[in-house]
Amino acid sequence: MNISRRQILILLPAAAVAWKSVLAGTPEASPNYKMTDHWWSMLIDIPKCIGCGNCVRACQTENDVPDGFFRTWVERYHVTDYHMENPEVISPDGGKEGFPVAVADEGKYFFVPKMCNHCTDSPCTQVCPVGATFTGPDGVVLIDPKYCLGCAYCVQACPYGCRYIHPEKKVADKCTLCYHRITKGLTTACCEACPTGARQLIDLKNPKDPIHEFLKTHDVQVLKPQMATGAKAFYNGLDGSVR
Amino acid sequence: MTGVEGYMYPNEITLYWSVLIVLYPFITGLVAGAFILASLERVFNVAAVKPTYRLALLTALSFLLVAPLPLVLHLGHPFRSPEMYFTPHATSAMAMFGYVYMWYLMAVLVFEIWLDYRREIVFLSQSTQGLLGIVYKIMTLGSTNISERALHIDERVGWVVTLVGIPSAFMLHGYVGFIFGSIKANPWWSSPLMPVVFIFSAMVSGIAGVMLLYMGLTKLRKQTIDMRCVDSIAMYLFYIFIIDFSLEMLDLVHRIYEADESFRSLDFMVHTKLYFSQIVIQICLGTILPLVLLFLTQVVKLPEIARKRIYAISGCLALIGIFAMRWNVVIGGQLFSKSFLGYTTYKMALVTKEGLFMAIALTLLPLLFLWVLIKLLPPWPETSEHAPAIGD
Repeated sequence: MNISRRQILILLPAAAVAWKSVLAGTPEASPNYKMTDHWWSMLIDIPKCIGCGNCVRACQTENDVPDGFFRTWVERYHVTDYHMENPEVISPDGGKEGFPVAVADEGKYFFVPKMCNHCTDSPCTQVCPVGATFTGPDGVVLIDPKYCLGCAYCVQACPYGCRYIHPEKKVADKCTLCYHRITKGLTTACCEACPTGARQLIDLKNPKDPIHEFLKTHDVQVLKPQMATGAKAFYNGLDGSVR
Repeated sequence: MTGVEGYMYPNEITLYWSVLIVLYPFITGLVAGAFILASLERVFNVAAVKPTYRLALLTALSFLLVAPLPLVLHLGHPFRSPEMYFTPHATSAMAMFGYVYMWYLMAVLVFEIWLDYRREIVFLSQSTQGLLGIVYKIMTLGSTNISERALHIDERVGWVVTLVGIPSAFMLHGYVGFIFGSIKANPWWSSPLMPVVFIFSAMVSGIAGVMLLYMGLTKLRKQTIDMRCVDSIAMYLFYIFIIDFSLEMLDLVHRIYEADESFRSLDFMVHTKLYFSQIVIQICLGTILPLVLLFLTQVVKLPEIARKRIYAISGCLALIGIFAMRWNVVIGGQLFSKSFLGYTTYKMALVTKEGLFMAIALTLLPLLFLWVLIKLLPPWPETSEHAPAIGD
């Protein structure tokens, strides 16, 4: 077969593109995943959290989260008897490397992991001017990065401070509940990395999920219930001082 | 971290809405206010403000042409902005911007200006040669009938367009207020009063802006300022300013008295980070002082020169005050944490896409557009040899 120089010049760039695609690998398919069979959310068991920051590190590694921004972070609260409404809160670098030793004698200390609440009536989804952010039939709030304008209206609308504009991609970004993992039967990176089981991925549509028993037997609350966002990050043992 | 006091959620430290988003409501406010001033003459038959009628329309158009620029420049992906037209999200207040904007630009402002200037455009298309002549010919849109009957129809249609334009102007700027007022996550913004305050502050800025432009341009042209006209404009400015101030004070008093969970945090912010821009610039210098000055002109019989100076100073102060109001809403709303436990700082860049220089350029650009429009469509009756303005 004779290939002319002209044909080689045409074929080379095409071959380069094809090779790049081969190197990137094909996304693993999840043919058995049916969105309507699930209603995902997260249980956060505050008494179990030790503030190690494993979840933050795992999330940043798994999802390539840029420095200075967080899909999940951990806060440490210090609440004293007479300052319930003004707790002292810290989250150095999102709690990624843990926390300094607590020094105060009085009051109580506890850790609160934070993340996108994947709200049922999410204000971020409501305000997006092009519908680039949406709630899937499985209850996960996602962003289409190829469609997002980067207007930051959703960032303003989120009551929990869970969104940011990705400094390189210039689009809104936040927790996807590790969608690429949960659709393949895995749990999220943060749940996987948590040494105490303080975070648990839950599927409210799965009758065998132990969350049903847990919700029956524990006092569970969501953050800022007055916002009526239908938040689905459920907190066990949530102190009234947490914002 | 630098610039942070107390505790901010880590993603809140960066401010995402910059000075360009401050400029956006300021510019649309000028558009709405200028149009409402023009409608005073057209719909409400306030003959005294007639000398500013056409100038107000051209001012509104100049600023309206620039209004979307700060928004588009601020976007992470500006080239995706047409998606707002093609695939708008029905529940988003921001998605409606494109439609409200296009409606106001094409169906109201351009149409009204075209109807009002049609007679002159036809004359100019016949008497002007060269490229400018072609421009005028295109501007006639092939409609060269300037018979009495045709002009009468223009007049009637123009009246209807202005009538439709008043609620449209309210909608244009009320909707901008709604963008902020409907964010329940942000107590500094979340208020049903926000659209109303935005509309009245828009009227203040638009009226003050046109008054200053009229006085300045008349002086540049070495013509006499029509004092009956500026006295009337100043009177309207004074009364609308009072309504605007009352609404803002109502909002403030309500917040102080209700003192909800966010109050302590917001109160601290107003007394620290926003003290200069809100208490000093917006309230004292930009509202109370011009109100006192305008009040003086209403109750004391002052000589003409004193009134002119007071109007000029009050107009400038009102514009500064309204700009400060936009600043305090947009920037102030992002300085405090939604945890109500901390504050961040806005550091304005200088030469970036959203920096100070860009903001200055976008503020001056409408004036350049206005200059071109005035050259093309002179708003002054005496400058057109062939066609005296309607009513002369």
